[in-house]
Amino acid sequence: MKHLLSMDDLSLGEVQQLLSLADEMSEIQKRSQPKVPALRHKTVVSLFFEDSTRTRLSFETAAKRLSADTMTFSATSSSVNKGESLRDTVETLSAMGVDAFVVRHKTAGLPLAMTQWTNAHIVNAGDGAHQHPTQALLDAFTLTRALEMGNSLAGVRIAMVGDIRHSRVARSTVRAFVLLGAKVTLVAPASLLPPSLIYSNAAHTRHEWPVSVSHDLDEVLGDVDVVYLLRMQHERMNAAFISSVDEYALHFGLTAQRLARLPLHFKLMHPGPMNHGVEIGVDPALVPGSLITQQVTNGVSIRMAVLLSLLGPAASSETTKEERDV
Amino acid sequence: MTNTEKAASVLTSNDVQRAVRRIAHEIIEHVASLAGSLSSPEKIAIMGLQHGGVWLAEAIHSNILEIQPNAPVVLGSIDVSMYRDDIGLRPTLEVATSHVPCSLDGVLVVLVDDVLFTGRTVRAALDALIEFGRPQAVRLAVMVDRGHRELPIRPDFVGKNLPTHVNDEVLVRMSGVEIFPGVHA
Amino acid sequence: MSNSKSVLIIGGTVVNASGEVLADVMIDQGVVQEVGPNISAKYAAENEGGPQRIDATSCVVTSAFVDLHTHLREPGREESETIETGSRAAALGGYGAVVAMPNTEPAQDSVAVVEFVRMQGERAGLVDVVPSACITVNRSGLQLSPFHSLAQNGVTLYTDDGNGVQDPVIMRRAMEYAKELNITLMQHCEVSRLTEGAVMHEGCCSSHLGLPGWPSIAEVLMLQRDLELMRETGAKMHFLHLSTARSVELVRQAKNEGLPVTAEVTPHHFSLTDEKLSGFNTVFKVNPPLRTMEDIEALRIGMQDGTIDAIATDHAPHAAHLKDQDLQAAPPGMLGLQSALGVAMKYSGCSVQRVIELMSWAPARIAGLTARQGNSVAPGNIANLVVFNPTAQWEQSLEQIVSKSQNTPYLGLPLQGQVHCVLRDGKVVVEAGVITK
Repeated sequence: MKHLLSMDDLSLGEVQQLLSLADEMSEIQKRSQPKVPALRHKTVVSLFFEDSTRTRLSFETAAKRLSADTMTFSATSSSVNKGESLRDTVETLSAMGVDAFVVRHKTAGLPLAMTQWTNAHIVNAGDGAHQHPTQALLDAFTLTRALEMGNSLAGVRIAMVGDIRHSRVARSTVRAFVLLGAKVTLVAPASLLPPSLIYSNAAHTRHEWPVSVSHDLDEVLGDVDVVYLLRMQHERMNAAFISSVDEYALHFGLTAQRLARLPLHFKLMHPGPMNHGVEIGVDPALVPGSLITQQVTNGVSIRMAVLLSLLGPAASSETTKEERDV
Repeated sequence: MTNTEKAASVLTSNDVQRAVRRIAHEIIEHVASLAGSLSSPEKIAIMGLQHGGVWLAEAIHSNILEIQPNAPVVLGSIDVSMYRDDIGLRPTLEVATSHVPCSLDGVLVVLVDDVLFTGRTVRAALDALIEFGRPQAVRLAVMVDRGHRELPIRPDFVGKNLPTHVNDEVLVRMSGVEIFPGVHA
Repeated sequence: MSNSKSVLIIGGTVVNASGEVLADVMIDQGVVQEVGPNISAKYAAENEGGPQRIDATSCVVTSAFVDLHTHLREPGREESETIETGSRAAALGGYGAVVAMPNTEPAQDSVAVVEFVRMQGERAGLVDVVPSACITVNRSGLQLSPFHSLAQNGVTLYTDDGNGVQDPVIMRRAMEYAKELNITLMQHCEVSRLTEGAVMHEGCCSSHLGLPGWPSIAEVLMLQRDLELMRETGAKMHFLHLSTARSVELVRQAKNEGLPVTAEVTPHHFSLTDEKLSGFNTVFKVNPPLRTMEDIEALRIGMQDGTIDAIATDHAPHAAHLKDQDLQAAPPGMLGLQSALGVAMKYSGCSVQRVIELMSWAPARIAGLTARQGNSVAPGNIANLVVFNPTAQWEQSLEQIVSKSQNTPYLGLPLQGQVHCVLRDGKVVVEAGVITK
């Protein structure tokens, strides 16, 4: 695996391998000295064109736990576009000797473009509304470990609630959950679903979105093992996607009343950061099935597993000595 | 490149069991020789290197307890994959978890592996070990020393010295030791 | 090559609206003198003072193409293209005339800028550069352009291309002027509120990629509005780069009712789908966007049954550093002049004669250029001709591109139909696919 750009690129086997590797990474994180020298001569650069302290720190922590050198290049897209092109920036940084770029950008496609501009490994930390593969992997890791189902989610019923249309988390995590065998239902008003799910009935669409769709959260909550909440952004109101955040919260928010109706075993997930009072109306700390803090911790383990998988194995297919080098 | 059809058996399963027993005795004698001195350890940790040394460490550990039931000996394992010096050179990563039964401060650690070859794995194990404390001393026990050292590492307890060609493959199991000859240039 | 030489085109198939015939064509003093079989026998060899001979075996000989929709970028964006480099691309594409779109900087909304563009075209001297003018000053959609002055200056085509005219009041007024002055308005149909932030067609592909989409309804709504306004005002309108199946249906109905409507499609809209964007390559970003196979089928049927009158390239060069940005930031548009024939013969599903109608005869009429362009190859007519091989298979490569920009979507894609020679006023300007001037 040279790059991690999209969940669409990973096979079930590759996903399961990463999940298993993340178990080992979790063990390292629990030590009093949570650091190993595995990537000690490697340089990992965070190229964040969109503000995100949480994800960036998670990646940097992961890199440091593996003893890699890290650098951050934060740029607002507009400053780059006005003078130096994106391509110039990447090529210049690359020439300084970078083994991997972790990149986040507000428009889809930049990580793929970067694979043409540099020899470094590329990890997509979120491109527009397209993909956020490490989020999906950490979600899959968190849920499979919480449910103690090994590397499978066969038959698990998951409701994903919120702004699916604009969410890279939705696109990636749905794929991960479905790949592992879960049954996913998307719950949102029509305006917040991808257009192909409301305007087209093509078999095509079913193939790309192998999910059920509902506009009624209360109906779905009767039959669900996991509720995955997406953040509802205030900006959506200004662009006329919803009437108001209050209206949204009333009909699609996880309120205390709705919480009370959920089965005891249910799990709650959220990629963060949360909009309290909007998509979630209860304090997650008071929800016994909440996996939200585990998601954050597991973020570092998964990102360690990803960096190790990209930077660890040999780049070429020639093997040196196949036997163990004892 | 190895030729799996022409494996030569160099140790039988009886040979292996006898070697394990002998190593267990040697370890006990060694500890006894330190008794009463400043270097006398309070505990001995038999640590198998993942994955090849794990069964051997278990065998040595249980043999020690058969010989001397009250020996202050514990069993553990060390994963060295995160400490190898050849990350980025091999096509795959095999990662496992270390199981360290207690703090290694002041403990006599006996690293156990099936085959000692270039010495690089043992070097990685020494790095890995330091994460878990400051051992009083570290010794090395191997079933087979096949030569071709690339680092100044030497075993303290050896089952058998086996001269081999660098391209040969050596397989060490409880059921016996075999050499698979490689292409000799 | 002496420029007072006569020219003899030998062994080609002369295609006119009335029919086709295997014949030689004799050209002298800028005009076709004779068309008939075996004329070549009557003349001396070239090296003995006879006419310049063009071997047109396996080729079609017909009037040069006319592009209703070219962006030459000059004045203002000369880093992407100039009138000179655009003319070269046009000539190599078999064109005798191009209508220059007015979204230049400054825009072609005054006689001064229009005359500048015309003059630069004459200076380049390879094709007739026919400037169109804006409908509103600076294409802002707020203030009407000086239609009387522009019409008096000879401008017959008006558009705010790059954008549609959003305000129905402005459009209605412009149509009143158009009826009065007998000029043709051309609309880029796009309701901009429905396409904010869009980078590709809104559909399955955009939904999968999470990219903001440009829904078909944004084109259809404006087309519908303008057809109703045409019914009321009686103005003539030409619709630019139609891209949806529904648009074709609406134009078909309008024509059945006798409305004075004409329509064009671009080669990329009938040959490439939105799936091309799944690699996020900005070369495929264009307005209106590449759509689906259903739309492509409808555009092809429209070209075949006469609903669509013309193929127009919407040649939109953008310098490499502009396209080398993310999908949101990169400007939309693709090159088209050099590949148009190759795409038309390969992907339109039309006969050679129908392709020539779409690329030469009809656009010449729509642009009012029939004095010089789009006429039959017949004695007495100006010799603005193209000789092309309709079956030659080829692929476009970057080395062939003479534009200043390189944003062609056809690299490595199979094309059919290649320009061999182009004559302008009876002189050879392109020979064996190379400019001779």
